[in-house]
Amino acid sequence: MADRTGRAKDARAAAPTVTDTTAPATSSMLDVRDLRIHFPTDDGLVKAVDGVSFTLDRGKTLGIVGESGSGKSVTSLGIMGLHHGTRADIGGKIWLDGEELVAASPTRVRELRGSKMAMIFQDPLSSLHPYYTVGSQISEAYLIHNKVSKKAAKDHAVEMLNRVGIPNPQTRVDDYPHQFSGGMRQRAMIAMALSCNPELLIADEPTTALDVTVQAQIIDLMADLQQEFGSAVIIITHDLGVVAELADDILVMYAGRMAEYGTSEDVFDRPAHPYAWGLLGSMPRLDQARIERLIPIPGTPPSLINVPSGCPFHPRCAYAAQTNGRSVNEIPQLRAVAPGHEVACHLSTDEQRRIWGEQAARMQLSPPARHFHEEDA
Amino acid sequence: MTAPLSQPSATEATSSDALMTVTGLTKHFPVNRGIIFRHRVGLVRSVDDVSFEVPRGETLGIVGESGCGKTTTARMLTRLIEPTAGQILFDGRDITHLRAGQMRPLRREIQMIFQDPYSSLNPRHTVGAIVGAPWRLQKVKTEQGTKKSVQELLELVGLNPEHYNRYPHEFSGGQRQRIGIARTLALRPKLIVADEPVSALDVSIQAQVVNLLDDLQSELGLTYVIIAHDLSVIRHVANRVAVMYLGNLVELASRNDLYERPRHPYTVALLSAVPLPEPTKRGAGGQRERRERVRLVGDVPSPLNPPPACRFHTRCWKAQEVCRTEPPPLVELAPAHHVACHFPENTTPAA
Repeated sequence: MADRTGRAKDARAAAPTVTDTTAPATSSMLDVRDLRIHFPTDDGLVKAVDGVSFTLDRGKTLGIVGESGSGKSVTSLGIMGLHHGTRADIGGKIWLDGEELVAASPTRVRELRGSKMAMIFQDPLSSLHPYYTVGSQISEAYLIHNKVSKKAAKDHAVEMLNRVGIPNPQTRVDDYPHQFSGGMRQRAMIAMALSCNPELLIADEPTTALDVTVQAQIIDLMADLQQEFGSAVIIITHDLGVVAELADDILVMYAGRMAEYGTSEDVFDRPAHPYAWGLLGSMPRLDQARIERLIPIPGTPPSLINVPSGCPFHPRCAYAAQTNGRSVNEIPQLRAVAPGHEVACHLSTDEQRRIWGEQAARMQLSPPARHFHEEDA
Repeated sequence: MTAPLSQPSATEATSSDALMTVTGLTKHFPVNRGIIFRHRVGLVRSVDDVSFEVPRGETLGIVGESGCGKTTTARMLTRLIEPTAGQILFDGRDITHLRAGQMRPLRREIQMIFQDPYSSLNPRHTVGAIVGAPWRLQKVKTEQGTKKSVQELLELVGLNPEHYNRYPHEFSGGQRQRIGIARTLALRPKLIVADEPVSALDVSIQAQVVNLLDDLQSELGLTYVIIAHDLSVIRHVANRVAVMYLGNLVELASRNDLYERPRHPYTVALLSAVPLPEPTKRGAGGQRERRERVRLVGDVPSPLNPPPACRFHTRCWKAQEVCRTEPPPLVELAPAHHVACHFPENTTPAA
C-alpha cells in the first residue's frame, strides 16, 4: 500500500498540470486530467469546473473541500457521467481503471454506473423514492447489472442492509423510506451504492444532513466498509473535520479551480494556499481553548460567470498585494511546494511558510501543526 | 427537581444578575385524530421542565441534536408559542402568559435572529423596508428619520448603506443574515435569541457572522441566547452552555467546565462525536488509528413516547436499573455546574 502511494505521488509531481491526452500515466483506479465542465447560459459561460486533475488509488480516499459553488459536486457528477442530457460542455479526460469516460458512449457509462462506480447523495430523504420500498430500491441496480432472480436480489438487499448495520433487516427491507430515521436512510443509501460492490464510490456530503452522533456512526461505517471492499472513495464535503477523519488526500477547490492538492497532513499541518489558511482560520475549534477572534475570509465567493481575473481568490486574499500584480493579471498554475503537495498561488514558498507560521501562532495551534515542510527545507 | 436553580449560587450572583430566568418550562404538543370527533391520541413532549437563567451581558448557548427541543425553547423564550407550564421571568417581570397586546411593548426588548436567511426575509420588500419594519410596527419615531437610521444600522452590521433600496435576492447568504441581524438591532433590544444563526452559511462566512455577533455584544452590551447544533460554534460564542436531550436539560455549566470536564454521559458522547480538523494519525501499514471515542448506538427516541425516567438510558453505556425507574434530578455537582445524571462522569476533583 505504501508503495502504491509513493508511485501515485511521483507521477503527480512529475506531470501535475500538463494536459496529457494520450494515456493514463498511472495504474490508478481513477485518473482525472484537466477536467473542464462549462455550462453555456443566457448570462454567459459558467465555468463550474476549470482544469481539475487528480489521481486516486484503490483503497484510498480523496476529500474534495470548498465552499458552495466551488465546483465540488459538478466534478463528481461529471465523473459519474450525470451531465449527459444537460447543456454541459465537458473537456479533459477521466480514466476509470484505464477506461476513458469523457468520450465514452452514454450506454457504456451507464453500464459502469452503479456497478463499477456508485454515488451516495447528500439528502437521503429526497434521494430515496417515497413510493418504493427500501429493499426494492437497493436491489434495483443489482437486478440490472447482474442476471439474478428477484428473490436473490431481495436476499442480497437484506444482506446489504445487515452489512450497513440496520437492525432486523428481514423486516426492514419491506419498509418505505419514511419509516426510516435520517441515519437509517443514509445507511440505506450507502447499502444501495455498495450493492454491486463498486470500485469507485463518490459520497457527496454524506453526513451534512445528520446529527453529530449519527454522523460519527456513518463516518465509522464508511471507513469500515472501505477497508472491507477496498474501494476508492471520493468524499465531498465542506466540513473540514469530516475530511480530516476520512481522507488520505485532499483537494481544495475555489471557484471551479484547484487551489491546493496534497495529503491531508500537507493541507492541515502545512497549508500553502491563502484560501486554505482562511478556511482553517474561520473554523471555531472544539479541541482548543477559545481564541479571541476567528480569522474569517473577507468578502463572498465570486460568481462563476464573472470569475475575477488572474487568481480567482485575489479579491478576498490579504496577500494579493505582495505579488507585484501577478495575482490580478496572471492565473496561477499549480506548482509543487513539496513532492505530492501542489498549490496554485503566486506567493513564494518561503512567503507561504512564513505567513502560515504567523497564522498558526495566532490560532494557537499546537507546535507540530506549524512545521511547514521543515523536513524538506 | 429545579430547586438548585431557583437560587443562583453565590459565585454567580456576585458576577451578574439574571436578565431572564426560566423555571420548569414545559411545552407539550397534543396529537389529535378525527375530523368530527377530535380526540387526543398522543402528546409530543418537546420540552419538559427546563430551568436556567441568562445573566445580563452574557451568552447562553443551547446545544442538542434535532428534536431535543432547543428551537421550541427559543420560541417560548420569545413568546412566539405559549408554554404549557413553567415560568419565564424577563427583567424581573413574569411574561409567561402575557397576551399578544401586553407582549407587544416587550418585543422591543426581546428579539430573534432566525436560522434560514433565505426564508426569513420578505422577497418583495426592500432592505430599507425590512430593517425599518420594527420602528414602523412599534410606532417609534427615530431621531433622524427612518432612512438615516436604517443606513446607520446597515453600516453597523457591515453592509453598504447605499444598498437601502435593494431586494433580498441581490444579496448572498451571509449578507442576508446581516440584514436579519440589522433588523433585530433596530429597537436596541436587551436580549437576542438566535436560533442557529450561522448553520446555513459557508465556513468562511460563518466566521464573519460569529465575529459580528461578538462585536455587537461588546459594543451594545447585548445578552444572547444562541441555539446551535454545532458544538464548536457554541464553544466559541457562549459563556454558559446548556445541553438538551429529548426535551430535558441534562447539563448546564460554564463553557470551560463543560468542554473540559463534561459530566453527563450524553455530553461526553456528543463532544467525542465531533470530527476534529486534524488528520487521523496513521499507524504502520497505512492503517487508520481511531481516536478514542464514545460511540452512541441507535437514534434519538421519539419525543412522542420518550423513555421513562432518564430519557438517555436507552443509549447510555452506564445505564443501571435506577436510570429506568427514577428520573435523575438536575443537581449542582460543582460550583455552577448542574448535571442530571445518576452516574456522572469526571467526578474526581481536578488535580
